[in-house]
Amino acid sequence: MVMRAFEEPAPAGEAEAAAPLGRAIVITSGKGGVGKTTTTANVGVALAARGARVVLVDADVGLRNLDLVLGLESRVKFHLLDVLEEKATLDEALVRDKRSENLHLLAAAQTREKEEVDTAQMKALVERLRARFDYVLIDCPAGIEMGFKNAVAGAQHAIVVCTPEVSAVRDADRVVGLLPNGWRPELIINRLRPQLVKRGKMLSVDDVNGILRLPLLGVIADEPSIIVATNRGEPVALDLYSETGYAYRAIAAKLAGESVPAPSVRVPNTGLFSKLGSLFGGRS
Amino acid sequence: MLDFFNRFFKPAPPSGATAKERLRLVLLSDHLSLAPDVVESLKRDLLAVISRYVEIDQAHADVTFEHRQNEVAMLANIPITGVRDRQRDEPPARPPEPALGALSESTRYDAVAVDPDARAGSSGEASVVAALASTDAPAPETTAAVDEPPGLVSASEAGPADGSGKPTVSVTLAGTTPRRRRRRKSAAAKRAAQQTIPLNQPAQA
Repeated sequence: MVMRAFEEPAPAGEAEAAAPLGRAIVITSGKGGVGKTTTTANVGVALAARGARVVLVDADVGLRNLDLVLGLESRVKFHLLDVLEEKATLDEALVRDKRSENLHLLAAAQTREKEEVDTAQMKALVERLRARFDYVLIDCPAGIEMGFKNAVAGAQHAIVVCTPEVSAVRDADRVVGLLPNGWRPELIINRLRPQLVKRGKMLSVDDVNGILRLPLLGVIADEPSIIVATNRGEPVALDLYSETGYAYRAIAAKLAGESVPAPSVRVPNTGLFSKLGSLFGGRS
Repeated sequence: MLDFFNRFFKPAPPSGATAKERLRLVLLSDHLSLAPDVVESLKRDLLAVISRYVEIDQAHADVTFEHRQNEVAMLANIPITGVRDRQRDEPPARPPEPALGALSESTRYDAVAVDPDARAGSSGEASVVAALASTDAPAPETTAAVDEPPGLVSASEAGPADGSGKPTVSVTLAGTTPRRRRRRKSAAAKRAAQQTIPLNQPAQA
Protein backbone atom coordinates (compact mmCIF):
# COMPACT_ATOMS: atom_id res chain seq x y z
CA MET A 1 0.00 0.00 0.00
CA VAL A 2 2.88 2.28 0.74
CA MET A 3 4.28 1.61 -2.68
CA ARG A 4 0.93 2.44 -4.20
CA ALA A 5 0.99 5.84 -2.59
CA PHE A 6 4.27 6.54 -4.32
CA GLU A 7 2.91 5.48 -7.64
CA GLU A 8 0.20 8.08 -7.44
CA PRO A 9 2.20 11.23 -7.35
CA ALA A 10 -0.56 13.46 -8.66
CA PRO A 11 -1.73 15.60 -5.78
CA ALA A 12 -5.03 14.35 -4.43
CA GLY A 13 -6.31 17.27 -2.46
CA GLU A 14 -5.57 20.46 -0.65
CA ALA A 15 -5.41 18.96 2.80
CA GLU A 16 -2.04 17.36 3.02
CA ALA A 17 -0.49 15.74 6.05
CA ALA A 18 2.69 17.11 7.55
CA ALA A 19 4.90 15.56 4.91
CA PRO A 20 8.41 16.96 4.47
CA LEU A 21 8.27 20.10 2.39
CA GLY A 22 9.73 20.12 -1.08
CA ARG A 23 12.45 22.44 -2.32
CA ALA A 24 11.44 25.68 -3.92
CA ILE A 25 14.05 26.84 -6.42
CA VAL A 26 13.89 30.06 -8.38
CA ILE A 27 15.50 30.16 -11.82
CA THR A 28 16.69 33.67 -12.43
CA SER A 29 19.18 35.67 -14.50
CA GLY A 30 18.50 39.38 -14.42
CA LYS A 31 18.90 39.69 -18.15
CA GLY A 32 16.14 38.56 -20.45
CA GLY A 33 16.52 36.04 -23.22
CA VAL A 34 19.27 33.95 -21.67
CA GLY A 35 17.09 30.86 -21.43
CA LYS A 36 15.45 30.89 -18.00
CA THR A 37 12.19 29.45 -19.27
CA THR A 38 13.86 26.78 -21.37
CA THR A 39 16.06 25.87 -18.42
CA THR A 40 13.10 25.71 -16.04
CA ALA A 41 11.17 23.49 -18.43
CA ASN A 42 14.03 21.12 -19.11
CA VAL A 43 15.28 20.81 -15.55
CA GLY A 44 11.69 20.24 -14.43
CA VAL A 45 11.09 17.58 -17.06
CA ALA A 46 14.37 15.88 -16.17
CA LEU A 47 13.55 15.90 -12.45
CA ALA A 48 10.08 14.48 -13.13
CA ALA A 49 11.61 11.79 -15.33
CA ARG A 50 13.64 10.75 -12.29
CA GLY A 51 10.41 10.17 -10.43
CA ALA A 52 10.27 13.36 -8.40
CA ARG A 53 7.01 15.26 -8.06
CA VAL A 54 7.64 18.58 -9.75
CA VAL A 55 5.62 21.72 -10.24
CA LEU A 56 6.79 24.50 -12.52
CA VAL A 57 5.54 27.93 -11.60
CA ASP A 58 5.59 30.61 -14.26
CA ALA A 59 6.17 33.80 -12.29
CA ASP A 60 6.45 35.92 -15.41
CA VAL A 61 3.03 37.49 -15.01
CA GLY A 62 1.96 39.23 -18.21
CA LEU A 63 4.45 37.34 -20.38
CA ARG A 64 3.42 33.72 -20.02
CA ASN A 65 5.72 31.39 -21.92
CA LEU A 66 6.51 28.33 -19.89
CA ASP A 67 3.31 26.65 -21.09
CA LEU A 68 4.43 27.15 -24.67
CA VAL A 69 7.88 25.70 -24.13
CA LEU A 70 6.32 22.66 -22.48
CA GLY A 71 3.66 22.33 -25.20
CA LEU A 72 0.87 22.76 -22.65
CA GLU A 73 -0.58 26.02 -23.91
CA SER A 74 -3.88 24.45 -24.90
CA ARG A 75 -4.43 22.95 -21.47
CA VAL A 76 -4.11 26.09 -19.40
CA LYS A 77 -7.52 27.07 -18.03
CA PHE A 78 -6.62 28.99 -14.91
CA HIS A 79 -3.51 30.78 -13.81
CA LEU A 80 -1.53 31.87 -10.82
CA LEU A 81 -3.59 35.00 -10.17
CA ASP A 82 -6.82 33.00 -10.33
CA VAL A 83 -5.47 30.90 -7.49
CA LEU A 84 -4.33 33.90 -5.49
CA GLU A 85 -7.69 35.58 -5.98
CA GLU A 86 -9.49 32.32 -5.24
CA LYS A 87 -11.26 32.24 -8.57
CA ALA A 88 -9.92 28.72 -8.97
CA THR A 89 -8.56 26.11 -6.64
CA LEU A 90 -4.97 25.06 -6.86
CA ASP A 91 -6.07 21.70 -8.29
CA GLU A 92 -8.00 23.36 -11.06
CA ALA A 93 -5.11 25.62 -11.98
CA LEU A 94 -2.40 22.97 -11.98
CA VAL A 95 -1.91 21.64 -15.49
CA ARG A 96 -0.63 18.12 -15.71
CA ASP A 97 2.09 17.52 -18.25
CA LYS A 98 1.15 15.29 -21.16
CA ARG A 99 4.29 13.19 -20.89
CA SER A 100 4.76 12.78 -17.18
CA GLU A 101 2.16 12.59 -14.47
CA ASN A 102 4.82 13.75 -12.02
CA LEU A 103 5.07 17.12 -13.69
CA HIS A 104 2.65 19.99 -13.24
CA LEU A 105 2.53 23.55 -14.41
CA LEU A 106 1.06 26.60 -12.78
CA ALA A 107 0.82 29.14 -15.58
CA ALA A 108 1.21 32.87 -15.26
CA ALA A 109 -1.60 35.25 -16.06
CA GLN A 110 -1.15 36.60 -19.55
CA THR A 111 -3.26 39.75 -19.36
CA ARG A 112 -2.35 40.94 -15.92
CA GLU A 113 0.56 42.80 -14.41
CA LYS A 114 3.34 41.79 -12.08
CA GLU A 115 2.40 44.46 -9.57
CA GLU A 116 -0.90 42.71 -8.93
CA VAL A 117 0.88 40.02 -6.96
CA ASP A 118 2.59 40.68 -3.67
CA THR A 119 5.39 38.81 -2.03
CA ALA A 120 3.33 37.56 0.90
CA GLN A 121 0.83 35.95 -1.47
CA MET A 122 3.59 34.32 -3.48
CA LYS A 123 5.25 33.04 -0.35
CA ALA A 124 2.03 31.45 0.85
CA LEU A 125 1.37 29.89 -2.54
CA VAL A 126 4.84 28.40 -2.82
CA GLU A 127 4.47 27.07 0.71
CA ARG A 128 1.30 25.28 -0.32
CA LEU A 129 3.02 23.82 -3.37
CA ARG A 130 5.99 22.67 -1.34
CA ALA A 131 3.68 20.59 0.79
CA ARG A 132 2.60 18.66 -2.28
CA PHE A 133 5.66 18.51 -4.52
CA ASP A 134 9.29 17.53 -4.12
CA TYR A 135 10.41 20.42 -6.30
CA VAL A 136 8.82 23.77 -6.94
CA LEU A 137 10.71 25.41 -9.80
CA ILE A 138 9.88 29.07 -10.19
CA ASP A 139 10.56 30.67 -13.55
CA CYS A 140 11.58 34.21 -12.70
CA PRO A 141 10.86 37.11 -15.05
CA ALA A 142 13.73 39.22 -16.37
CA GLY A 143 14.54 42.35 -14.45
CA ILE A 144 15.00 43.05 -10.78
CA GLU A 145 11.67 44.68 -10.00
CA MET A 146 8.46 43.41 -8.48
CA GLY A 147 8.30 40.28 -10.62
CA PHE A 148 11.76 39.25 -9.48
CA LYS A 149 10.96 39.94 -5.85
CA ASN A 150 7.79 37.88 -6.05
CA ALA A 151 9.55 34.98 -7.74
CA VAL A 152 12.26 34.93 -5.09
CA ALA A 153 9.89 35.41 -2.16
CA GLY A 154 8.88 31.80 -1.61
CA ALA A 155 12.08 30.10 -2.74
CA GLN A 156 14.94 28.82 -0.63
CA HIS A 157 17.41 28.32 -3.40
CA ALA A 158 18.32 29.93 -6.68
CA ILE A 159 19.72 28.79 -9.99
CA VAL A 160 21.29 31.62 -11.95
CA VAL A 161 21.25 31.20 -15.71
CA CYS A 162 23.91 33.11 -17.58
CA THR A 163 25.15 33.14 -21.14
CA PRO A 164 28.81 33.80 -21.98
CA GLU A 165 28.16 37.42 -22.87
CA VAL A 166 29.32 40.52 -21.05
CA SER A 167 25.81 41.86 -20.54
CA ALA A 168 24.46 38.58 -19.17
CA VAL A 169 27.39 38.15 -16.78
CA ARG A 170 27.04 41.67 -15.46
CA ASP A 171 23.31 41.19 -14.87
CA ALA A 172 23.85 37.80 -13.28
CA ASP A 173 26.38 39.37 -10.94
CA ARG A 174 23.84 42.00 -10.00
CA VAL A 175 21.08 39.49 -9.43
CA VAL A 176 23.29 37.37 -7.19
CA GLY A 177 23.82 40.44 -5.05
CA LEU A 178 20.07 40.92 -4.76
CA LEU A 179 19.32 37.40 -3.57
CA PRO A 180 18.77 36.95 0.16
CA ASN A 181 21.81 36.75 2.40
CA GLY A 182 23.10 33.29 3.04
CA TRP A 183 21.93 31.84 -0.24
CA ARG A 184 24.44 29.97 -2.31
CA PRO A 185 22.99 30.18 -5.81
CA GLU A 186 24.15 27.69 -8.39
CA LEU A 187 25.12 28.62 -11.91
CA ILE A 188 24.04 27.24 -15.26
CA ILE A 189 25.99 28.60 -18.19
CA ASN A 190 23.71 28.50 -21.18
CA ARG A 191 24.27 28.86 -24.92
CA LEU A 192 27.97 28.17 -24.80
CA ARG A 193 29.54 27.73 -28.21
CA PRO A 194 32.56 25.49 -27.67
CA GLN A 195 34.10 26.25 -31.02
CA LEU A 196 34.06 29.96 -30.39
CA VAL A 197 35.52 29.41 -26.95
CA LYS A 198 38.24 27.26 -28.41
CA ARG A 199 39.15 30.05 -30.79
CA GLY A 200 39.13 32.56 -27.97
CA LYS A 201 36.13 34.40 -29.36
CA MET A 202 33.74 33.72 -26.53
CA LEU A 203 33.98 33.89 -22.77
CA SER A 204 34.76 30.42 -21.49
CA VAL A 205 33.14 28.66 -18.55
CA ASP A 206 36.16 29.61 -16.46
CA ASP A 207 35.99 33.21 -17.60
CA VAL A 208 32.34 33.50 -16.60
CA ASN A 209 32.69 31.66 -13.35
CA GLY A 210 35.98 33.36 -12.57
CA ILE A 211 33.85 36.45 -12.25
CA LEU A 212 30.64 35.09 -10.76
CA ARG A 213 32.27 32.41 -8.63
CA LEU A 214 29.23 30.28 -8.01
CA PRO A 215 28.98 26.51 -7.75
CA LEU A 216 28.66 25.33 -11.34
CA LEU A 217 25.51 23.30 -11.80
CA GLY A 218 25.72 22.78 -15.53
CA VAL A 219 26.82 23.97 -18.93
CA ILE A 220 24.47 23.89 -21.90
CA ALA A 221 25.82 24.24 -25.41
CA ASP A 222 24.14 26.46 -27.95
CA GLU A 223 22.68 23.81 -30.13
CA PRO A 224 19.98 23.62 -32.82
CA SER A 225 18.13 20.79 -31.10
CA ILE A 226 16.92 23.16 -28.37
CA ILE A 227 15.35 25.44 -30.94
CA VAL A 228 13.74 22.50 -32.69
CA ALA A 229 12.48 21.14 -29.38
CA THR A 230 11.04 24.51 -28.39
CA ASN A 231 9.36 24.82 -31.78
CA ARG A 232 7.58 21.58 -31.09
CA GLY A 233 6.93 22.15 -27.41
CA GLU A 234 8.89 19.04 -26.48
CA PRO A 235 11.65 19.63 -23.96
CA VAL A 236 15.00 18.36 -25.17
CA ALA A 237 15.69 16.87 -21.75
CA LEU A 238 13.61 13.87 -22.79
CA ASP A 239 15.72 13.22 -25.88
CA LEU A 240 17.98 10.37 -24.89
CA TYR A 241 20.16 10.84 -27.95
CA SER A 242 20.83 14.51 -27.43
CA GLU A 243 23.91 15.70 -25.59
CA THR A 244 21.97 18.71 -24.41
CA GLY A 245 19.30 16.39 -23.09
CA TYR A 246 22.00 14.56 -21.20
CA ALA A 247 23.32 17.84 -19.82
CA TYR A 248 19.87 18.70 -18.44
CA ARG A 249 19.48 15.26 -16.93
CA ALA A 250 22.87 15.66 -15.28
CA ILE A 251 21.70 18.96 -13.80
CA ALA A 252 18.60 17.24 -12.44
CA ALA A 253 20.72 14.47 -10.95
CA LYS A 254 22.99 17.00 -9.31
CA LEU A 255 20.02 18.89 -7.88
CA ALA A 256 18.73 15.61 -6.51
CA GLY A 257 22.00 15.20 -4.65
CA GLU A 258 23.72 12.68 -6.90
CA SER A 259 27.34 13.21 -7.70
CA VAL A 260 27.79 13.73 -11.41
CA PRO A 261 30.89 14.44 -13.46
CA ALA A 262 31.87 18.07 -13.74
CA PRO A 263 29.93 19.77 -16.53
CA SER A 264 31.70 19.87 -19.83
CA VAL A 265 30.82 20.63 -23.38
CA ARG A 266 32.34 18.76 -26.26
CA VAL A 267 33.72 20.69 -29.20
CA PRO A 268 31.85 19.31 -32.20
CA ASN A 269 33.90 17.76 -34.96
CA THR A 270 34.39 20.21 -37.70
CA GLY A 271 34.54 19.30 -41.32
CA LEU A 272 37.16 20.39 -43.80
CA PHE A 273 35.12 23.33 -44.96
CA SER A 274 34.49 24.81 -41.57
CA LYS A 275 38.16 24.37 -40.76
CA LEU A 276 39.09 26.20 -43.92
CA GLY A 277 36.53 28.80 -42.98
CA SER A 278 38.07 29.38 -39.60
CA LEU A 279 41.50 29.60 -41.17
CA PHE A 280 40.52 32.36 -43.54
CA GLY A 281 37.50 33.67 -41.73
CA GLY A 282 37.29 37.03 -40.08
CA ARG A 283 38.96 37.42 -36.77
CA SER A 284 37.27 38.62 -33.64
CA MET B 1 42.05 46.98 -47.79
CA LEU B 2 44.22 47.90 -44.85
CA ASP B 3 41.95 45.77 -42.72
CA PHE B 4 42.68 42.88 -44.96
CA PHE B 5 46.43 43.14 -44.47
CA ASN B 6 46.10 43.83 -40.78
CA ARG B 7 44.18 40.62 -40.50
CA PHE B 8 47.25 38.69 -41.53
CA PHE B 9 50.06 40.73 -40.12
CA LYS B 10 48.61 42.21 -36.97
CA PRO B 11 46.23 39.73 -35.44
CA ALA B 12 44.02 41.42 -32.86
CA PRO B 13 43.64 39.74 -29.47
CA PRO B 14 40.72 37.32 -29.52
CA SER B 15 37.48 39.09 -28.70
CA GLY B 16 36.83 36.66 -25.83
CA ALA B 17 39.80 38.12 -23.97
CA THR B 18 38.56 41.61 -24.70
CA ALA B 19 35.14 40.68 -23.35
CA LYS B 20 36.68 39.30 -20.19
CA GLU B 21 38.73 42.41 -19.62
CA ARG B 22 35.82 44.75 -20.26
CA LEU B 23 33.62 42.74 -17.98
CA ARG B 24 36.17 42.84 -15.21
CA LEU B 25 36.48 46.58 -15.54
CA VAL B 26 32.77 47.23 -15.52
CA LEU B 27 32.15 44.94 -12.56
CA LEU B 28 34.97 46.59 -10.69
CA SER B 29 33.27 49.92 -10.97
CA ASP B 30 29.86 48.35 -10.32
CA HIS B 31 31.10 46.93 -7.06
CA LEU B 32 33.30 49.72 -5.87
CA SER B 33 31.18 52.57 -7.17
CA LEU B 34 33.81 54.95 -5.91
CA ALA B 35 33.45 58.45 -7.17
CA PRO B 36 36.70 60.31 -7.88
CA ASP B 37 36.17 62.56 -4.87
CA VAL B 38 35.80 59.49 -2.65
CA VAL B 39 39.10 58.16 -3.93
CA GLU B 40 40.62 61.54 -3.21
CA SER B 41 39.40 61.54 0.38
CA LEU B 42 40.52 57.94 0.79
CA LYS B 43 43.97 59.01 -0.30
CA ARG B 44 43.96 61.91 2.12
CA ASP B 45 43.01 59.70 5.04
CA LEU B 46 45.50 57.07 4.12
CA LEU B 47 48.29 59.64 4.01
CA ALA B 48 47.17 61.07 7.33
CA VAL B 49 47.36 57.68 9.00
CA ILE B 50 50.71 56.77 7.54
CA SER B 51 52.25 60.15 8.28
CA ARG B 52 51.62 59.53 11.97
CA TYR B 53 54.33 56.91 11.77
CA VAL B 54 56.65 58.01 9.04
CA GLU B 55 57.36 61.19 7.17
CA ILE B 56 56.07 60.90 3.67
CA ASP B 57 56.19 62.79 0.44
CA GLN B 58 52.56 63.69 0.02
CA ALA B 59 53.03 65.26 -3.38
CA HIS B 60 54.22 62.01 -4.91
CA ALA B 61 51.82 59.68 -3.19
CA ASP B 62 49.69 57.63 -5.51
CA VAL B 63 46.54 55.65 -4.79
CA THR B 64 45.09 53.47 -7.50
CA PHE B 65 42.80 50.50 -7.92
CA GLU B 66 43.93 47.47 -9.76
CA HIS B 67 42.17 44.29 -10.68
CA ARG B 68 44.22 41.18 -10.64
CA GLN B 69 43.52 37.60 -11.55
CA ASN B 70 40.83 37.03 -8.96
CA GLU B 71 40.70 40.10 -6.85
CA VAL B 72 40.41 43.80 -6.76
CA ALA B 73 43.24 45.56 -4.99
CA MET B 74 43.89 49.05 -3.81
CA LEU B 75 47.48 50.07 -4.31
CA ALA B 76 48.99 52.98 -2.46
CA ASN B 77 52.49 53.97 -3.38
CA ILE B 78 53.80 56.52 -0.90
CA PRO B 79 57.41 57.71 -0.83
CA ILE B 80 58.94 57.92 2.65
CA THR B 81 61.20 60.83 3.50
CA GLY B 82 61.94 60.03 7.12
CA VAL B 83 60.98 58.22 10.27
CA ARG B 84 59.30 59.68 13.30
CA ASP B 85 61.14 58.19 16.23
CA ARG B 86 58.96 59.68 18.92
CA GLN B 87 56.13 57.34 17.87
CA ARG B 88 57.77 54.55 19.82
CA ASP B 89 57.46 56.41 23.10
CA GLU B 90 54.04 57.92 22.90
CA PRO B 91 51.20 56.14 21.16
CA PRO B 92 49.83 58.11 18.26
CA ALA B 93 46.61 59.98 18.64
CA ARG B 94 43.53 58.53 17.00
CA PRO B 95 42.81 59.87 13.57
CA PRO B 96 39.93 62.23 12.98
CA GLU B 97 36.77 60.43 11.99
CA PRO B 98 34.79 62.09 9.25
CA ALA B 99 36.47 61.46 5.96
CA LEU B 100 37.01 57.76 6.59
CA GLY B 101 33.30 57.39 6.99
CA ALA B 102 32.71 58.53 3.46
CA LEU B 103 34.09 55.32 2.10
CA SER B 104 33.42 52.87 4.89
CA GLU B 105 30.46 51.30 3.13
CA SER B 106 32.03 50.64 -0.24
CA THR B 107 35.62 50.10 0.71
CA ARG B 108 35.60 48.42 4.04
CA TYR B 109 38.92 47.92 5.68
CA ASP B 110 39.04 44.60 7.38
CA ALA B 111 42.27 45.63 8.87
CA VAL B 112 44.49 48.52 8.12
CA ALA B 113 47.95 48.67 9.48
CA VAL B 114 51.40 49.83 8.74
CA ASP B 115 54.13 48.36 10.85
CA PRO B 116 55.00 51.02 13.43
CA ASP B 117 58.59 49.77 13.54
CA ALA B 118 58.95 50.58 9.91
CA ARG B 119 62.37 49.50 8.91
CA ALA B 120 62.29 51.91 6.07
CA GLY B 121 64.63 54.36 7.73
CA SER B 122 67.20 51.95 9.03
CA SER B 123 68.37 50.60 5.73
CA GLY B 124 67.35 53.57 3.73
CA GLU B 125 65.97 51.29 1.05
CA ALA B 126 63.34 49.04 2.46
CA SER B 127 59.66 49.70 2.35
CA VAL B 128 56.77 48.23 4.22
CA VAL B 129 54.12 46.28 2.47
CA ALA B 130 50.95 45.56 4.29
CA ALA B 131 48.90 43.10 2.37
CA LEU B 132 45.45 42.36 3.56
CA ALA B 133 42.71 39.79 3.26
CA SER B 134 43.13 37.56 0.28
CA THR B 135 40.24 36.83 -2.00
CA ASP B 136 39.24 33.30 -1.27
CA ALA B 137 39.76 33.32 2.44
CA PRO B 138 36.62 34.22 4.35
CA ALA B 139 36.61 37.85 5.22
CA PRO B 140 38.08 38.52 8.65
CA GLU B 141 35.30 39.41 11.01
CA THR B 142 36.69 42.65 12.15
CA THR B 143 35.05 45.81 11.06
CA ALA B 144 36.83 49.07 10.81
CA ALA B 145 36.09 49.75 14.41
CA VAL B 146 37.79 52.57 16.15
CA ASP B 147 38.23 50.81 19.45
CA GLU B 148 39.97 47.77 18.10
CA PRO B 149 43.66 47.63 17.45
CA PRO B 150 44.21 47.06 13.76
CA GLY B 151 45.61 43.66 12.93
CA LEU B 152 48.53 43.43 10.64
CA VAL B 153 48.00 40.53 8.33
CA SER B 154 51.42 40.50 6.83
CA ALA B 155 54.30 42.83 6.53
CA SER B 156 57.39 42.25 4.53
CA GLU B 157 60.36 44.17 3.41
CA ALA B 158 60.59 45.03 -0.21
CA GLY B 159 62.67 47.18 -2.41
CA PRO B 160 61.56 50.63 -3.46
CA ALA B 161 58.63 50.39 -5.79
CA ASP B 162 59.66 53.07 -8.17
CA GLY B 163 63.29 52.04 -8.43
CA SER B 164 64.46 55.51 -7.57
CA GLY B 165 66.19 54.36 -4.43
CA LYS B 166 63.69 56.30 -2.38
CA PRO B 167 61.95 54.27 0.29
CA THR B 168 58.25 53.93 -0.17
CA VAL B 169 55.32 52.61 1.76
CA SER B 170 53.06 50.56 -0.36
CA VAL B 171 49.81 49.48 1.13
CA THR B 172 47.79 46.86 -0.64
CA LEU B 173 44.22 46.25 0.27
CA ALA B 174 43.12 43.25 -1.64
CA GLY B 175 40.01 41.23 -1.47
CA THR B 176 36.68 40.49 -2.89
CA THR B 177 34.32 43.19 -3.80
CA PRO B 178 32.24 44.76 -1.07
CA ARG B 179 29.09 42.90 -2.01
CA ARG B 180 30.62 39.49 -1.47
CA ARG B 181 32.00 40.55 1.85
CA ARG B 182 28.65 41.66 3.05
CA ARG B 183 27.09 38.38 2.14
CA ARG B 184 29.68 36.39 3.99
CA LYS B 185 29.27 38.31 7.17
CA SER B 186 28.00 36.11 9.95
CA ALA B 187 25.37 37.04 12.46
CA ALA B 188 28.09 37.41 15.06
CA ALA B 189 29.94 39.85 12.87
CA LYS B 190 26.77 41.83 12.35
CA ARG B 191 26.26 42.04 16.05
CA ALA B 192 29.84 43.13 16.53
CA ALA B 193 29.37 45.79 13.90
CA GLN B 194 26.37 47.15 15.70
CA GLN B 195 28.24 47.39 18.95
CA THR B 196 31.14 49.28 17.53
CA ILE B 197 30.93 52.85 16.42
CA PRO B 198 30.14 53.02 12.74
CA LEU B 199 32.61 55.18 10.92
CA ASN B 200 30.08 56.81 8.69
CA GLN B 201 28.19 58.33 11.56
CA PRO B 202 29.42 60.74 14.18
CA ALA B 203 30.10 58.98 17.47
CA GLN B 204 27.22 59.29 19.84
CA ALA B 205 27.72 60.59 23.32
